[in-house]
Amino acid sequence: MPQVFHPSANTLSRVVLFSLVVGPAALLGLVYLLVRSPYQTQVRVIREQPVQFSHEHHVNGLGIDCRFCHTSVETASAAGMPATHTCMTCHSQIWADSPLLEPVRASLKNQEPLAWSRVHDLPDFVYFHHGIHVQKGVGCVECHGRMDKMPLAWREKPLTMEWCLDCHRNPEPRLRPKDDVFAMDWEPPADSGLALGGELLQKSHMEVGQLTNCSICHR
Amino acid sequence: MYPTSSFLESDTLTMRSNTLSARAWFASDRWSRWLAAGVVLAALSGCQDMYDQHRYEPFESSTFFDDGASSRPLVAGTVPRTDPRNLPDVDDRNLLLTGLKDGQPSRSAPFPVDQTVLERGQGRYRIYCAPCHGELGDGKGIIVQRGFTTPPSYHEDRLREAPLGHFFQVITDGHGVMYSFASRVAPQDRWAIASYIRALQLSQNAKVSDLPPEDQDKIQEASK
Ligand code: HEC
Ligand code: HEC
Ligand code: HEC
Ligand code: HEC
Ligand code: HEC
Ligand code: HEC
Repeated sequence: MPQVFHPSANTLSRVVLFSLVVGPAALLGLVYLLVRSPYQTQVRVIREQPVQFSHEHHVNGLGIDCRFCHTSVETASAAGMPATHTCMTCHSQIWADSPLLEPVRASLKNQEPLAWSRVHDLPDFVYFHHGIHVQKGVGCVECHGRMDKMPLAWREKPLTMEWCLDCHRNPEPRLRPKDDVFAMDWEPPADSGLALGGELLQKSHMEVGQLTNCSICHR
Repeated sequence: MYPTSSFLESDTLTMRSNTLSARAWFASDRWSRWLAAGVVLAALSGCQDMYDQHRYEPFESSTFFDDGASSRPLVAGTVPRTDPRNLPDVDDRNLLLTGLKDGQPSRSAPFPVDQTVLERGQGRYRIYCAPCHGELGDGKGIIVQRGFTTPPSYHEDRLREAPLGHFFQVITDGHGVMYSFASRVAPQDRWAIASYIRALQLSQNAKVSDLPPEDQDKIQEASK
């Protein structure tokens, strides 16, 4: 009887079997990668803004504190965006004729707030509060990266639920003394190890076990 | 009457004449329904309604108002029922908010000034004032070095003799080319800053005899 299958069919069948298993897995993997890709999470994406405002220039170059512009960050849920008045505190004189700042002057003249496009935006079903994080010693850098090195603002962290939980499960190693929350280049003292975080955790009465309850963030 | 959206529908359909075309149609209909279900599911998973709900988040823009903002400026004279600024409970509320006592800038703060108040004042001063007035209050901050009008040093006689209320008023209303900080610094913090400036003035003009005896001794040692 002649052979029905050519010997090469062996290889073929192996390839088929292999791809039957690996194909769907690869597809799932691809979807997973897509969901986490910068395209989806918008990490490091720069947006069109009305004014080319540079944190690098103002924070690193001039040493202005975050709170000069983001005034409500210590107490409120929203960090607060600077009013046109805040920019004009300095730019009434500095670069007062610069075309780069024309939108700021127009905003003051027409009494129309500047419209910045949001870089960070959680879904509306998530509750977030800056005040609590700042008061308990989570530095801006933990969530926003080195703002002082950004000529234009971008998103440093994916803002996924997994990312929030990662810290809420074990915030200890990521806490710092309250005075250093706004410092961009703070490093834990070399010899402190985990002791510092544990101490801070105790001092501010945190109940870590509860931080992963759904109702903390979905309320 | 045929229900259109339920899979039970197939029972009704099979009651129609059993011709080939009907059967073929039926078969393809089952596919299209799976397809429709798939499309609906896909659409739901991409549904953004819960992501962007019909309410305003802080600072969200709005097409309703002419200036494009959803948060509205306060009507002049608005009195909050509960003050969001956490004002301290003081006897003289008018003094706390205006800096005036009997119509004149007050010589003292509306609440006792202690170490905590001074530390608060130092922190706020470094955020809001130091960029222009400098850490020491000499008026040589970085923004001045970049071309802003040079403010007077806090250590000149006129300002050393100015009442505390004057500093409160400058922060509240601005002064000449200096803008008001009323929207950025709460009243109790303005008093804390004013008190800190006073402390700065004293420190920059301190005499050896103002120091505690043990420090006086140290200076004596050092200057030998
Ligand atoms: C001189 C004013 C000023 C200072 C100081 C300042 N910012 Fe900003 N910040 C802005 C403005 C204006 C924007 C909006 C434009 C943009 O996104 O680039 C902004 C945007 C941001 C954003 C992105 C907001 C969004 O759209 O999601 C973050 C995060 C941020 N700032 C963090 C900081 C941190 C951290 C500091 C201190 C290290 C700081 N800023 C200091 C003015 C300032
Ligand atoms: C505390 C003072 C201060 C405030 C507040 C401030 N700026 Fe500036 N800004 C400066 C100074 C000083 C420079 C010039 C920097 C230099 O010469 O190094 C500058 C430069 C700029 C430039 C030109 C930068 C460049 O790269 O050439 C832009 C645009 C600008 N600022 C936008 C803004 C906006 C928008 C705001 C309000 C959110 C703002 N600034 C608030 C002090 C300030
Ligand atoms: C625990 C993480 C975390 C920390 C710490 C944090 N932020 Fe944010 N920040 C966020 C998230 C999340 C958003 C987006 C909020 C939203 O979409 O409602 C945000 C948004 C912002 C915005 C945009 C305006 C707003 O409020 O939505 C600014 C400005 C900002 N942060 C500044 C700061 C500054 C300054 C600090 C340091 C004092 C800081 N953040 C610390 C997570 C953080
Ligand atoms: C780097 C660490 C860190 C990250 C990242 C972080 N958090 Fe937190 N969060 C904390 C700490 C620490 C506390 C304070 C816990 C306490 O007081 O018991 C806290 C508290 C909170 C609270 C208040 C809890 C309460 O008791 O009511 C909310 C809400 C919250 N976080 C939401 C979020 C959300 C949403 C995200 C993600 C966008 C996030 N956090 C990311 C560290 C973090
Ligand atoms: C620390 C904060 C935090 C906690 C605790 C938390 N979530 Fe979330 N959750 C988030 C954030 C942030 C998002 C938005 C993620 C995004 O946009 O990718 C989210 C999104 C979701 C979504 C929508 C997912 C999607 O893809 O649209 C569901 C469902 C959800 N959470 C369920 C839960 C459940 C159930 C729990 C309790 C076991 C929980 N969450 C606890 C922060 C939290
Ligand atoms: C953008 C730079 C700038 C900032 C920030 C600033 N000032 Fe001034 N300040 C000035 C200038 C310029 C003058 C001189 C104004 C004039 O005479 O036209 C001045 C004047 C003053 C005076 C003297 C008033 C008098 O009687 O002559 C006081 C007091 C004062 N500022 C306090 C403060 C305090 C307190 C803060 C912080 C809350 C502050 N300033 C922040 C620029 C600034």
